[in-house]
Amino acid sequence: MSSELELDELYRELILDHYKNPRHRERIEHADVTAEGFNPVCGDEIEMELDFDGERLQAIGVRGRGCSISQASASMMSELVEGKTIGEIRHLSEEFKQMMTEPESAVPEDLGDLEALQGVAKFAVRVKCATLAWHTLGEGIEQHQKGDGAVRVEEM
Amino acid sequence: MTYDVEQIRRDFPILERKVRGRPLVYLDNAATTQKPRQVIDALVHYYEHYNANIHRGLHTLAEEATAAYEGARVKAGRFINAAAPEQEIIFTRNTTESLNLVANAWGRKFLEPGDEILFTAMEHHSNLVPWQMIALETGAKVRYIEIDDDGRLIGDDVRAKINERTKVVAITQMSNVLGTINPVREIAELAHRAGAIVVVDGAQSVPHMPVDVRELGCDFLAFSSHKMLGPTGVGVLYGTREALDAMDPFLGGGEMIKRVTYERSTYADLPNKFEAGTPNIADVIAFGAAIDYLEALGMEAVREHEIAITQYAIDRLSAMDGVKVYGPREAADKGGAVTFNYRDIHPHDLSQVLDQYAVAIRAGHHCAQPLMRRLDAVATARASFYLYNRHDEVDALIEGIRASDRIFGNVVRAGA
Repeated sequence: MSSELELDELYRELILDHYKNPRHRERIEHADVTAEGFNPVCGDEIEMELDFDGERLQAIGVRGRGCSISQASASMMSELVEGKTIGEIRHLSEEFKQMMTEPESAVPEDLGDLEALQGVAKFAVRVKCATLAWHTLGEGIEQHQKGDGAVRVEEM
Repeated sequence: MTYDVEQIRRDFPILERKVRGRPLVYLDNAATTQKPRQVIDALVHYYEHYNANIHRGLHTLAEEATAAYEGARVKAGRFINAAAPEQEIIFTRNTTESLNLVANAWGRKFLEPGDEILFTAMEHHSNLVPWQMIALETGAKVRYIEIDDDGRLIGDDVRAKINERTKVVAITQMSNVLGTINPVREIAELAHRAGAIVVVDGAQSVPHMPVDVRELGCDFLAFSSHKMLGPTGVGVLYGTREALDAMDPFLGGGEMIKRVTYERSTYADLPNKFEAGTPNIADVIAFGAAIDYLEALGMEAVREHEIAITQYAIDRLSAMDGVKVYGPREAADKGGAVTFNYRDIHPHDLSQVLDQYAVAIRAGHHCAQPLMRRLDAVATARASFYLYNRHDEVDALIEGIRASDRIFGNVVRAGA
C-alpha cells in the first residue's frame, strides 16, 4: 500500500473533523466528578466533567491538548456516551478497547463515529492516544461510584 | 584526511535499510545513534573468541577480556582528556545511572539541610529528578537557572543563584531539546569559587564535539556509549580522583571490596569501588571500538560536519511558512538537534506522517517536561543529526513536512 493510502486510512475525514471541531467542549460547572487523564510518554492531556442522574451519565464536558487521535477519540466518545447508563458505557468501552487491540476483529456496530478509529489499531504506538479518554472516563465513573469528586489518571 | 560522508555511510549496515520501500532517513540521533560495522564486529569478536569474566580469572580468556575492558576505560578517559583514565572513569549502565550515582553517593554524604542544588531550566529529567530525590532525603533545596526566549541561560541569573549555600551545580553541556551549548567552564569557575561541585551532563556534547574535562574544570561528567556509535547499556561517569575518593560506594557487592567479614567490609580502590558486580563487559569493549572510530574521524571534523548540516536544516525549516524553530539559530552555538513545530499540527501526527516517508524523528517532550512548559509547547518535533547524515536527508525531512499539508492542510483547531 502506498504511503498516501496508509495515511488516509489512519487519518480518516471523520477523525480530522472531530479534531477540528471537538464536541462537548463546554465546561460543566458543579459537575459530580472531574477527571484528568495524562499520558506522560507523549504529553497528551484530557480533562472532563461528568454529571450523573443515578446510573445515567447525564452530561459530559471534555477538553484537552494532544495529537489528533487522542483529541478526536475524546470528542467521539463524548457524543457516544452522553445519556447512556454506566453499564452501557462499560460495554462500549470494552468494545472500543477490543477494536484497538485486535485489528482483525469485526467492528461493532454501536460505536458510532469511533468506528473511524479502527485504522489506529495497526499503529501500535498510537493505541494509547486513542484509549486515553476511555481510561479517564472509566476512572471518573469509578470515583463517582466511590463517592469521590476528582481523579487524575496517568497512563503508562 | 578529508571527511567523506559516503565512505562513512558504508560502515553503517543499517543505513542500507529501507522503510516502507524508501531509504531510511535517520534523524533521531539525539535519542540513539546507529552502529558502524567495527563496533558490531568487536561485540561479536568478544563473544566468539574471549568471552570471560574479568578481574578474577587466571586463565587466558579472562586475561584477554580484562585487558580489553580496561583498555576501553583508558580510551574513554583519553577521549575526554581525563588526567588519570585508569581511576577516573567509572562504567555504569547509562548517563542516567551515572548522574544518580553522583546524586546518591556524593549527595548523601555531603548535603545538609538548607544547602542548595542548582540546575538549569533546560535539564533532561535525568539531571533533575535524581537531585529532587536527594534533596527530599537530605533537606537540601533545588533551584534552577532561567533561560531566555532563545533558549540560552540568563547570565545574571547564573550569578544571582550561585551563592555560599550552593553545594552542587548540575548542568547540561548541550541541551537535548534546544541544542544550546552552555558555558560550562565559566559556570564551573563561579561554582568552585562558591565552594560547589560541578556535575555535567555530557550525554549530548561528548558524542558531537571535542570535550576536555580539564579545560571545563568540572568535577563530574556523565555520558552514554549508545549516543556515540557504541552499544546500549554502557554509561560513563568521569569524576576527579579527589571527588571520587571522597565519596562512599553507591552499590555494594562483588568487585567493589577489599576485605569482607560478616560484620563489615573495606572497599576497593578506584575505579572498582564504584563497579559492583559483573559489568557489561562485551558492550564496554565494543564501546572502545566506537571511540576508536570517532578518534579516527577526529571530533573537530565531526563537529564541523554537524555544524554545516544543522545550519542547513535550520535555514530550510526557518524558510518554511508555519515552522517555529526553538533554541539558538546559529549552528555554531548549538549541537545537532533542531526542535520545531509546524503550524498547529501535533508533533506526533507530524512524526507519523514523516514515518510514512521513512524519515525518523522524535516527537514529544524529550524527557524535559519543565522545559516544554517554559517554551509553552505541549510537545515538539526534533530532528537530530550525526556524522553520517547528508544534506539530502534534510531535504527529505522538508518534503515529509510538506506532505503533512495534504492531510492536515485545512485543519485549524477550534479553541486550540
